[in-house]
Amino acid sequence: MEENNNILDNIAESEYKYGFVSNIEQELAPKGLNEDVIRFISAKKNEPSFLLEWRLRAFRHWQKMKEPNWAKVKYPPIDYQDIHYYAAPKNFNKYKSLDEVDPEILRTYEKLGIPLEEQKRLAGVAVDAVLDSVSVATTFKEKLNELGIIFCPISEAVHTHPELVEKYLGSVVPYTDNYFAALNSAVFSDGSFVYVPKGVRCPMELSTYFRINASSTGQFERTLIIADEGSYVSYLEGCTAPMRDENQLHAAVVELIAHKNAEIKYSTVQNWYPGDKEGKGGIYNFVTKRGLCEGENSKISWTQVETGSAITWKYPSCVLKGDNSVGEFYSVALTNNFQQADTGTKMIHLGKNTKSRIVSKGISAGRSDNSYRGLVKISKKADGARNFSQCDSLLLGDKCGAHTFPYIEVANKTAIVEHEATTSKISEDIIFYLNQRGISTEDAVALIVHGYAKEVLNNLPMEFAVEAKKLLSVSLEGSVG
Amino acid sequence: MALLSIKNLKAKINETEILHGINLEINPGETHAIMGPNGSGKSTLASVLAGKPGYEVTDGEVLFNGKNLLEMPPEVRAREGMFLAFQYPVEIPGVSNTNLIKSAVNEIRKYRNLEPLDAFDFISMIKEKAAMVEIEQSFLNRSVNLSISSNEVFQMAMLDPVLAVLDETDSGLDIDALRIVANGVNKLRRNDNAFLVITHYQRLLNYIVPDYVHVLYKGRIVKSGGKELALELEEKGYDWIKD
Repeated sequence: MEENNNILDNIAESEYKYGFVSNIEQELAPKGLNEDVIRFISAKKNEPSFLLEWRLRAFRHWQKMKEPNWAKVKYPPIDYQDIHYYAAPKNFNKYKSLDEVDPEILRTYEKLGIPLEEQKRLAGVAVDAVLDSVSVATTFKEKLNELGIIFCPISEAVHTHPELVEKYLGSVVPYTDNYFAALNSAVFSDGSFVYVPKGVRCPMELSTYFRINASSTGQFERTLIIADEGSYVSYLEGCTAPMRDENQLHAAVVELIAHKNAEIKYSTVQNWYPGDKEGKGGIYNFVTKRGLCEGENSKISWTQVETGSAITWKYPSCVLKGDNSVGEFYSVALTNNFQQADTGTKMIHLGKNTKSRIVSKGISAGRSDNSYRGLVKISKKADGARNFSQCDSLLLGDKCGAHTFPYIEVANKTAIVEHEATTSKISEDIIFYLNQRGISTEDAVALIVHGYAKEVLNNLPMEFAVEAKKLLSVSLEGSVG
Repeated sequence: MALLSIKNLKAKINETEILHGINLEINPGETHAIMGPNGSGKSTLASVLAGKPGYEVTDGEVLFNGKNLLEMPPEVRAREGMFLAFQYPVEIPGVSNTNLIKSAVNEIRKYRNLEPLDAFDFISMIKEKAAMVEIEQSFLNRSVNLSISSNEVFQMAMLDPVLAVLDETDSGLDIDALRIVANGVNKLRRNDNAFLVITHYQRLLNYIVPDYVHVLYKGRIVKSGGKELALELEEKGYDWIKD
């Protein structure tokens, strides 16, 4: 017994493999947050006045708000005046080809195993790479242009398609929504913008790799994806970050809008620096992600594999407004060492015959805490609404925690809501059984975890699923033997 | 050289000594049966040989292929060719039997400096081995908690061990399942491998006919003989040994 407990302890002690800092000349906003800083950010980006006004309104609202404390996470108070709210690579220009990109940046990608060239050639993935706050390379743009698909940094969309940005920005997540969404709205630096026109099926996975790269720089991504009537798009988001001691704040906002008969598939592999074995450092990840199924028969599907960050506060949600619309949430959240994750989803059923499906798989190791928090809300008019939720927890060792907080609000008698939950532990008997078949404890844990998370991983695009599986194994890797 | 050589093996669990000095030699091509009443140490012996955590060896030595078995972690014993057929099925949600066996086969191949099998070779191997031990392939895609008899025998065929230990694999099996196990084992018997069949009942030995039978009682082998010893035990009961 004792020996196996030690093994599980060891597994829980894997090192973060992507910890390095690359040197790219930065241009920083002065520390702290006030209207001048917001004007600075807006001026840096040469933004139209509607956006500056919107930022300022968000900032004024934020000042009146309080940081939420209902999540099951603990962290020291954040000094919002001790953060740089803007950092950009210096001499930023629009690059037409990779040759023009700072070789240091390209090397960073190579270390992360994200060769842009390879991806362009092999996977058919258009990569809009966001390094710190400003997009530096956008590929496959021309091919997408032919189809009328817009895929660009949101800072660019502000200039090229201001009418779309003005119409949709904040339409799903208004700045009044929550504390971090308000902060993001005031200071967001950059992010992706996608518009898929009527009837167009985007032929490739759109992908963005985020990377936090400046010391003490909050990262405030803003992503906006619009799928017009009858269109389809699959979007991938993945990230790793360099190792450092100071906690870094990340407060992103993602908004999705699916019109009539449209479908958006949004997949995330999140691997930000989780802090060291003692729980020092690591990213604070306070994200607001929400999709609006605006039209009839629309569909939004969130798939996430969360292995990083010291603190994860994240609830990708669907507002099912259109009749017969469908919302899905598939999640694997892995916590190790001292990581804390409070994650889940909200499914808001407004339209008739709306359907939602939630599959959440939590994995806790080390001394970590992993919570699922989910809301299923069936409004009065949502006749025939249907929800199925499955929330499973897997524990490695006996020092970690798993919690489930399901909230169900039903205001319509015709609704059917189902909730299933299980908690299991990787037992010594299973490990021994696999050992006896020649499989090491480390590989045994990977096999079990992959099997456990299969239903979620299968929802990721192929190449992403491979990466996610690797990430789960790496996150649980340790000196076993 | 003996395939397995156990000398004066003593082992305890939770401070209680269960095995008080076991001596046993198994040569290639032989099938040995260990019988004994409940609590005699049969399963402890199987567990100690496989390296199950929780058991502490306090004395003696075990050589397997001439190597010190007790120094190896469980997965290395498996890769060296030791196979333990389990008494109770282990359930691993979401892990298909095929997936598990593929990992196991490739780990063992890696240990022997062989290339991992690709999907095609693996499927032909499945077909070949399933036919060999006369097991239908349909169960392979299910989760691990399927009928243990077919599963364990099939795994044994796939991993092709040099020494297979069957730890009361027959307990709780009906006659059809018993025949599957016995038939599989008999098909796998060769002159370069060996079997150690641990059982409480004689009936399994009607189907897997052993070369030697040992009676384990209170942590010691108290009697050894040929296959007729099993019949004698069946007739006289374990009380006969206790006298």
